[in-house]
Amino acid sequence: MMLAWTIYISFAGALALLLLPQRFAAWSRVIALLLAVITFSIALVAFVEHRSGAMFTVVHRSWISSLGIGFDLRADGISLTLLLLTGAIGVCGILFSWNVEHRVREFFALYLLLIGAVYGVFLSYDLFLQFVFYEIVVIPKYFLIAIWGSTRREYAAMKLVLYSFIGSAMVLIGLIAAYVASGSRSLALGDLAGFAFTPHFQMWAFPLVFAGFAILAGMWPLHTWAPTGHVAAPTATSMLLAGVVMKLGAYGCLRVAMTLFPLGMGPWGFHFLGLGSWRDVFAVLAVIGILYGALVALVQRDFKFVIGYSSISHMGFILLGLMTLNQIGISGAVVQMVSHGILAGLMFAVVGRMVYARTHTRDLTALGRLHLSKALPFAAFTFVIAGMASMGLPGFSGFIAELMIVLGVWRAYPTLVIFVAIGLIAGVAYIWRAMQMAFFAGRDTEPAALEHPLEPITMPERIGAVLLIGASLVVGIFPQLFLNVIRPALESPLFSGLRQGGW
Amino acid sequence: MDVMGYGQLLERAWPEIIVVLTAFVVVACDLVAFRRATAGARFGAAVAIGAAGCVGAVWKLMASAPVMNQTSMMVDTPLTRLVQAGLLVLTIVVLLLSVGAQFTEHVGEFVLLVLLGTAGMLFLVAAQDLLAIFISLELLSLSLYILTGFDKASPRSAEASLKYFLFGGMSAAFLLFGFSLLYGFSHSTTLSGIAMAVHEQPHNPILMVAMVMAVVGFGFKIAAAPFHFWAPDVYQGAPVQSAAFIASGSKVASFFIFFQVMVLGFAGAEGSASLTRMTSGWVPILVLVSCASMLLGNLAAIAQMSLRRLMAYSAVAHAGYMLLGYVAHTERSLAALLYYVVTYSLATLGVFGVLAVTEKANGDDSISGLSGLSRRAPFLSFCLAIFLLSLAGIPPLSGFFAKFLLFTSVLAAAPGSMLLLWLVVLAIGMSAVSLFYYLRVLKRVYVADVEAQAAPLRAPVFGQVVIGFLAASVALLGCAPDLLLNALVGVVRASGL
Repeated sequence: MMLAWTIYISFAGALALLLLPQRFAAWSRVIALLLAVITFSIALVAFVEHRSGAMFTVVHRSWISSLGIGFDLRADGISLTLLLLTGAIGVCGILFSWNVEHRVREFFALYLLLIGAVYGVFLSYDLFLQFVFYEIVVIPKYFLIAIWGSTRREYAAMKLVLYSFIGSAMVLIGLIAAYVASGSRSLALGDLAGFAFTPHFQMWAFPLVFAGFAILAGMWPLHTWAPTGHVAAPTATSMLLAGVVMKLGAYGCLRVAMTLFPLGMGPWGFHFLGLGSWRDVFAVLAVIGILYGALVALVQRDFKFVIGYSSISHMGFILLGLMTLNQIGISGAVVQMVSHGILAGLMFAVVGRMVYARTHTRDLTALGRLHLSKALPFAAFTFVIAGMASMGLPGFSGFIAELMIVLGVWRAYPTLVIFVAIGLIAGVAYIWRAMQMAFFAGRDTEPAALEHPLEPITMPERIGAVLLIGASLVVGIFPQLFLNVIRPALESPLFSGLRQGGW
Repeated sequence: MDVMGYGQLLERAWPEIIVVLTAFVVVACDLVAFRRATAGARFGAAVAIGAAGCVGAVWKLMASAPVMNQTSMMVDTPLTRLVQAGLLVLTIVVLLLSVGAQFTEHVGEFVLLVLLGTAGMLFLVAAQDLLAIFISLELLSLSLYILTGFDKASPRSAEASLKYFLFGGMSAAFLLFGFSLLYGFSHSTTLSGIAMAVHEQPHNPILMVAMVMAVVGFGFKIAAAPFHFWAPDVYQGAPVQSAAFIASGSKVASFFIFFQVMVLGFAGAEGSASLTRMTSGWVPILVLVSCASMLLGNLAAIAQMSLRRLMAYSAVAHAGYMLLGYVAHTERSLAALLYYVVTYSLATLGVFGVLAVTEKANGDDSISGLSGLSRRAPFLSFCLAIFLLSLAGIPPLSGFFAKFLLFTSVLAAAPGSMLLLWLVVLAIGMSAVSLFYYLRVLKRVYVADVEAQAAPLRAPVFGQVVIGFLAASVALLGCAPDLLLNALVGVVRASGL
């Protein structure tokens, strides 16, 4: 029951902040933080209470009776895991935007609106409701980037919104078609998943809906909104974008596209360029994404672009994990969603808030001259930790997630493992290069003169960084915490079509 | 066919009579009692009387049970009553929006024309006979021509009025020609009589010509491409309140009667536009018009610099979406169409309401003039965002639900039809395009920086209340569509097609 309040509290908070009188504007960040902590606690309590991972109903009311659409919120192990991630990133994002001064009420109002909608997507069981929340996400993203962003913000914001909207248009076409094909009675996920769509229908609906969601998950070659969007976004927004919004796409791929249309992944019956099914196509695109993202990240001059492209690479792992269609691969994909959410959030926090907000440059060469490892030792420390986790060092979340995915790929697509391995090595290289150039370069030169000395790292930043590092360690050291709820969810009847369809 | 006596006719036409009488009372009061009052007071009084008359008409519509006589010149079904009540509500909103307007001294005449146009719309909705349809349509159109040119100080208003009149006259001629062919073909002027004749000879060439003529005539009224040429100029030149009236109420009435004529009158001559086997009929024609409207409306809207012209082209685009409901022509698609056109009208009225305030302050309707509006008028900007996002189809606003409803009803009309699927794909794709130009406006409002000397915008409280009410209804109908949808589905089912 309580979980629904994560949505209500966030939306009510957004409205309250908009109505807040101007003279109390400074309080808005405190209010936003408070509300985010409350919603996070609700998610945490629900996670602890539901150790079985089975699906349970949160709220179920009739909504649009004549179309069979209900206000139906349910959660299982997968959504609980992602709700927890949303809560954690939501809290940390506010901590890292403590320095926002420009139109501060609107900033946090839009921020809470975004978080509330993300909670909504993860909780919805009725697909109409889920689509509503999915679309609500689009608008606050636009304004957060266009108003508070940096480099080419209006271009990046519009590009991001149009890509998202085209993706959701593809999803909407698939949903409407599925709704009509199943007799226009219900849009609940379980009802649609239980309906036997014809193989022909699934063959076109699956790629449409999967690609629609995958646009938001940063699938190559439809990823181009992501680096520009992340770079232009203000710190908290890029944390949310990379941390949870991209996960919405991956979650939709698993929860909607793969669940509703499992036969769409079956063999075509012929081979084209060696590809025999949509599953092969998306697996290959995911691998290209891994390699492309990593190699492009290797040659960036802009610190934030390095992280932006690394996100493409890491999201490729998630999509690849989904396409393995075996339990270890898909579980690994879900763990990778959490892991990448935490680490991308952390890295964007370091680059956007700790470094860029102080030095006003993200150029790696220029940063090298500033001797940041001495000037901002905490930033350097945090980035080293985040980098190690992102490379996949044992003990951190990235290791276990990528290991599971590689094992899954080994079973499903043995040949692709070579390319994944290259991607992993490139992942070490680009993190190493960025770390070296940004923080540890220029030892032998004099530090560049600055007009103002860099202000020290503030307390909210330290708390946020420690929280995220801690979260990554928890996932890395006790992955069973999450796997124990993800596995039963994957074994639930909801995914039975998927299990019979080839895994 | 049973003949209706004058007594019966008068009894059935009570709502229209109330509206017309109110119109005369308004003029009389304005000319006699309020001659020396200020313009503001005169508008206040005239609008109060006019709105009261509309409320009376709505009450009359709700008070008695419909007669349900299908064969006469005018029908009276739950469906027509609900649509008429909706039209009266839209008229009331237009009247309320014109409180405090300064474009004219002829207050009484303005309200008179709005009310006469409303009477025309009420008759139009109930009409089942070609002559009655034509006369009501002309009553509506003539009022609109004059309303367009009502701003005597503005040359643009006069130009728009003349353009509207010339195009309108031409389209009326097409319509009349089509109607005369229909009469010659079927020896009947009622829709049911025509349908019987159509049933016997569905492929008669004269019928085809008449059909095309009817599409041209009505296509002009609903501003579907390629009959939309008047729209941008009229939307831009007309006084805001007239433009709002043209864009809302007259659209609802025209869409409704167009549907009636096509689906009832030409029943049996639908033809088929399936991708593999095309047979002639009105469905293939409307498919073409619909595609043209969606493409042209959305693409041309991208290039607009003026918010009013943008709204005109977006109206063309929305006409394209709504025509899909005709292509499906089922009971469900009629309910969806009505839901769409009503919520669309509410959002459009809202945009024009906001424009009325900003134009007074800025002097023009350019999109760049809206820069930084959110800092100067936060409430109005918020409402404008709701209206535009609803038009773009962003949930949870009513525009999204209207699209969802319409598209599902279209696909459900013939499951598995590739043509309908491709039309829906085009429509959804074009909605993605439309988000771009609506967001461009909102970008100006919210993102652009304010000029240093910009003062808070002074907006009349009453106008803000009306706009706030519109925004609330747009949001409410999206969050709780059952409120309107159940009523619509109920009356459509009760009245049959």
